[in-house]
Amino acid sequence: MTTGVLNPSHYPARRAATVVQHYLNTRYGSPYRWIFLSKVHSGSAEDVAEMRKYQLELTMQETISNVSGQCSAELLFPGGEGQSAPQVQASCEGLLQSNTTAQEEAFYQQHRASNNMVSGTDIPDSYGHMEPNMKPFWHLGGVASSFIMLRESNESTLYNMAQVANFTQLETEKDQLRFNYHVLLHEMISQEIIHWKLLVTWSPEQGVKVLQSELQPKCHDCEAPPNTTN
Amino acid sequence: MMLGLGSVGLVLLSLAVQSGHGAQDSAVWSREETTERNYYTRYHNMSEITAWMEQMKRENPDVVSSMVYGQTYERRNITLLKIGLSSTGRKKAIWMDCGIHAREWIAPAFCQYFVKEILRTYKTDTKVNEMMKNLDFYITPVLNVDGYIYSWHNESTRLWRKSRSPGTGGCTCYGTDLNRNFYANWGMVGVSTDCCNLFYCGTKALSESEAWAVTDMLGKMREDILAFLTIHSYGQQLLVPYGHPNISAPNHDELMEVGLGAAKAIKAVHRMDYTVGTSPDILYPFSGSSQDFGRLIGIPLSFTFELRDKGKHGFELPEDQIQPTCEEAYAGAHHIITYAHDKVFYSYAATVTATLWTTLLAAWVSSAILL
Repeated sequence: MTTGVLNPSHYPARRAATVVQHYLNTRYGSPYRWIFLSKVHSGSAEDVAEMRKYQLELTMQETISNVSGQCSAELLFPGGEGQSAPQVQASCEGLLQSNTTAQEEAFYQQHRASNNMVSGTDIPDSYGHMEPNMKPFWHLGGVASSFIMLRESNESTLYNMAQVANFTQLETEKDQLRFNYHVLLHEMISQEIIHWKLLVTWSPEQGVKVLQSELQPKCHDCEAPPNTTN
Repeated sequence: MMLGLGSVGLVLLSLAVQSGHGAQDSAVWSREETTERNYYTRYHNMSEITAWMEQMKRENPDVVSSMVYGQTYERRNITLLKIGLSSTGRKKAIWMDCGIHAREWIAPAFCQYFVKEILRTYKTDTKVNEMMKNLDFYITPVLNVDGYIYSWHNESTRLWRKSRSPGTGGCTCYGTDLNRNFYANWGMVGVSTDCCNLFYCGTKALSESEAWAVTDMLGKMREDILAFLTIHSYGQQLLVPYGHPNISAPNHDELMEVGLGAAKAIKAVHRMDYTVGTSPDILYPFSGSSQDFGRLIGIPLSFTFELRDKGKHGFELPEDQIQPTCEEAYAGAHHIITYAHDKVFYSYAATVTATLWTTLLAAWVSSAILL
């Protein structure tokens, strides 16, 4: 385990920085706000009791408005046998500048009434394409995935959401929009594609919440060769 | 007899040939394919890429030929394009392969773009022309043909990575990670012996016919290859050998310097950052890669390109990013290839010049002594 000053372009800093990205999305993400790591400037790691503590200076970018901000973050990866989530603290300057209120409110009002439940599949599709009206649901899927990616992260993982396999809107409850999401996560260090089913809620006031999450088993029997003639 | 026709006759003749050509092609190409600008901004399935290779040969018969140099597990051809101005002597070579991992669709798209670009510019760009004279480019647009075809089957197969050979010994999953199957510290690190694993390295080194095909070709050409480029996605990185954490390439400093130069050239195009380093440093350790094999048999400049993006789209990079990704990757590849070329062809000239001066000096000194 690397200890001391970290090389910003080496993997320990990058993996820890991606955990900070997931954390920021759980706190601030929405259908119109999705944050990504832009650059690691500096970092350090040390052993503290049984745990691993990272300190990082980062640039994060909000990907819809392209607004960037500088962030300072501290992470604690728990040691020992337990599978508990890393703890993150981060403060950012300038990152949340973009005014998403109008768009979020319009989106919320549009989908709040129960007369037209929306759903979608394969976002993005194989060509990286999605319909414009699916984009906010893609962002929402990414933000919801961040809860799982944050929880599942350790120093030997690097998670991204690969695709929203499908989502279905459910009845609005307690003023929260509700959705079932099936997301595919890509874990870089194992290269695995991991399927999760999520029950997601959102409102402009409450932000994104994941009420339930269920890991889908890997389907080895799905691998038999189909009739591929192409 | 042709001289008697005159220039008008030649124009008419070429028009007739063209329209006949077009009519024949309309059976192969859809209406959209005929606009070259649109073609290289879309992903293409294996039969389209195969037809495209034929088209490249047909349109550039004096510089493009193809070679089938192996078979996949499912008995499909593994084909490369050999591109260069013909010469009488043996030429130095550049190797590029794309699509070892099936789901990394931007990689074959880049191989196609690279071919298109050198063919477009070799007559007018003096540097590309010079390199086409002195080098042959060996470009494999899709190495893992079975896997690539499988990834086009439907949405549920899109994210396939490995080959399509079946598991053995009671293990029922499919596929070996071709980039763990090469005879380069095979099986040592970053691999799995579980055939269901994404890093399954195979029953033994070169158990996969695809890896064997590359090994066989490289073995025949090893003295001539100046640079080995293998194209992947995603992550925006340039990896240098070796994947094993305890082994350094003898020219590590040179590899880093050239890699950083390539990253700088990439950034100048669309401001994208590509990180440069060994895999154990910037990604994860692994052995049995094609890149490591290239370096081990003596190819001095061996690089893995991990193209866009950094995770927002991942493997499903939108088609509107194909062009800018290819433009920046081309700049990076061009930097490496130019360095490799100039190191041999200009240092040869420098050596000749140095030898000449040394000879003259020795002659002057000895004649001075005689006097």
